[in-house]
Amino acid sequence: MAVRIARRLAGFLATLLAASFVIFAAVYAAPGDPAVFLAGGRDKLTPERLATVRAQYHLDEPLVVQYGRWLGDCLHFDLGRSFKYGDQVADLITARLGTTLELVAYATVLFVVLGVGAGILAAVRQSTWVDSAVVGGTTLAASVPSFVAAIALVSLFGVQLGWFPVTGSGRGFAGTLHHLTLPALSLALGALALISRVTRQAMAEAAASDHVEAARASGVPEREIVRRHVLRNALGPIITMCGLVMAGMLAGTVVVETAFGISGIGSLLVGAINTHDFPVAQAVLLLMVAGYIAVTTLVDLLHPLLDPRVKQEARTA
Amino acid sequence: MSTEPRNGPDALLVVDGLRKTYPLPGRGRLTAADDVSFSVAPGGSLGIVGESGSGKTTVARMLVGLVRPDAGTVTVDGRPRSPRPPRRRQARLARAREVQMVFQDPYISLDPRLTAAQCLRTTLRLHGRDEATAVRLLERVGLGEREADARPRQLSGGQRQRLAIARALAVQPRVLVLDEAVAALDVSIQAQILQLLDTIRRDTGVALVFVSHDLAVVQHVTDDVLVMHRGSVVEQGPTQRVLAEPAHDYTRLLLAAVPREGWDPEGAVPARA
Repeated sequence: MAVRIARRLAGFLATLLAASFVIFAAVYAAPGDPAVFLAGGRDKLTPERLATVRAQYHLDEPLVVQYGRWLGDCLHFDLGRSFKYGDQVADLITARLGTTLELVAYATVLFVVLGVGAGILAAVRQSTWVDSAVVGGTTLAASVPSFVAAIALVSLFGVQLGWFPVTGSGRGFAGTLHHLTLPALSLALGALALISRVTRQAMAEAAASDHVEAARASGVPEREIVRRHVLRNALGPIITMCGLVMAGMLAGTVVVETAFGISGIGSLLVGAINTHDFPVAQAVLLLMVAGYIAVTTLVDLLHPLLDPRVKQEARTA
Repeated sequence: MSTEPRNGPDALLVVDGLRKTYPLPGRGRLTAADDVSFSVAPGGSLGIVGESGSGKTTVARMLVGLVRPDAGTVTVDGRPRSPRPPRRRQARLARAREVQMVFQDPYISLDPRLTAAQCLRTTLRLHGRDEATAVRLLERVGLGEREADARPRQLSGGQRQRLAIARALAVQPRVLVLDEAVAALDVSIQAQILQLLDTIRRDTGVALVFVSHDLAVVQHVTDDVLVMHRGSVVEQGPTQRVLAEPAHDYTRLLLAAVPREGWDPEGAVPARA
């Protein structure tokens, strides 16, 4: 197990390093010159002034040198200063990260409970109207883009019924929950179809095994057959898919945050890109990638705990 | 049809007029089994033979209660079996103790997550039996301590089938239905499993219903045999007599298809036509 974790960790770091370079290079290659912005706009801009600014922010050095400098600073937990705000990037991010994490966590709870629940229901009632309703309903939900869903949810629950606030992120646990319900729901809707379909399929496969029939023949109650023999054996793909979707959400909150006026890291990223705020854009992207890899690695490490078969393979491998 | 089912008071398992049809794509229905009747005495052994698609597996699954018959009854010890599992715990367990099944493919008939001992203990606990019996059950089917802690994927095909038999025995059934239970095993292992089943039958008095396409296997372990063809019973009677003097053309055809000394595959092919 220790070797496995060490190997995973090494893979994690290697991926992160590669991702960091791609991110740095991509932001560097993006159109627009941050030096112009830093110098205070195109008005009265002299080449001398531009050169001074470039030198001040090390923008005149080759890409690799800049990358090396940035990476070195990152390793010392120094993400640099925002070009736009002048604040420490780390401070900007920590101020907004909480909200985004709360949003993603809330959405994850929603899509896991509703998605897996709907999938189980469809699998147990396979080829009945319940099954068709689940498949049809979740497909419809998935085909609606999250910003459209956001608008629909706002107009129904926010404006017409007035149940939920339509903007801001709230204070305290109850307030946060209240404010984030609609954003989390519009974020989770798209994942429902995928999760419920994977759950249904994995359970149908597990249920087709003769050992389920054997359990039924030996008098095990139906509820326990579903729980202990079918769902338990189907958990592998379900957990993997939930992990991937959740990891994807970390980088996918931009639209929903904008639609609901939540100041999370998604809206921070959009702002940073629009204003050529290199250090912020790079740091946020790096954080998203790190989050994605961390979640998927965690899911991989979790697998052997769920399934003794994987543990054996890992031991013999 | 040579012998009618002996519906005497001594019969343990009485099957009367079982029928099952499946809807075909488009129109019409496939008759998987039609008017299947037989009986088995306590500790008796019946073989159901026929080629693939003759309906023998459907009959086996109806006996266990995994498939609901369209018509007909299955009676064990004078009590008719309910077509679907009862809701009440006691009734459900009692129903399970009537008939148990060993499936054809031991690679999918065991929960991959459970070790052999866990598999047996789960069933023993369910039926309120002492969990320590698991060790004796494993011994009974020739599995030792090493296999007790192994999961199905670490066991060979023969060992898995022994475990499947032990799991069925853990319920203490009156009737054990074996659906092609040795077909997936190689010949020497087949002989061992058949030997084991014979010993278990003599020791515990469990009645066996042996579903197989293999006449040689049926000859070794059954007292009576039932020949099925396209869902219908074409011949039934004592195994020795049916195999020695087959009365029906289809039985003769099945016999001609069994490889033996001086067997000519060329001869079996025209016999089919």
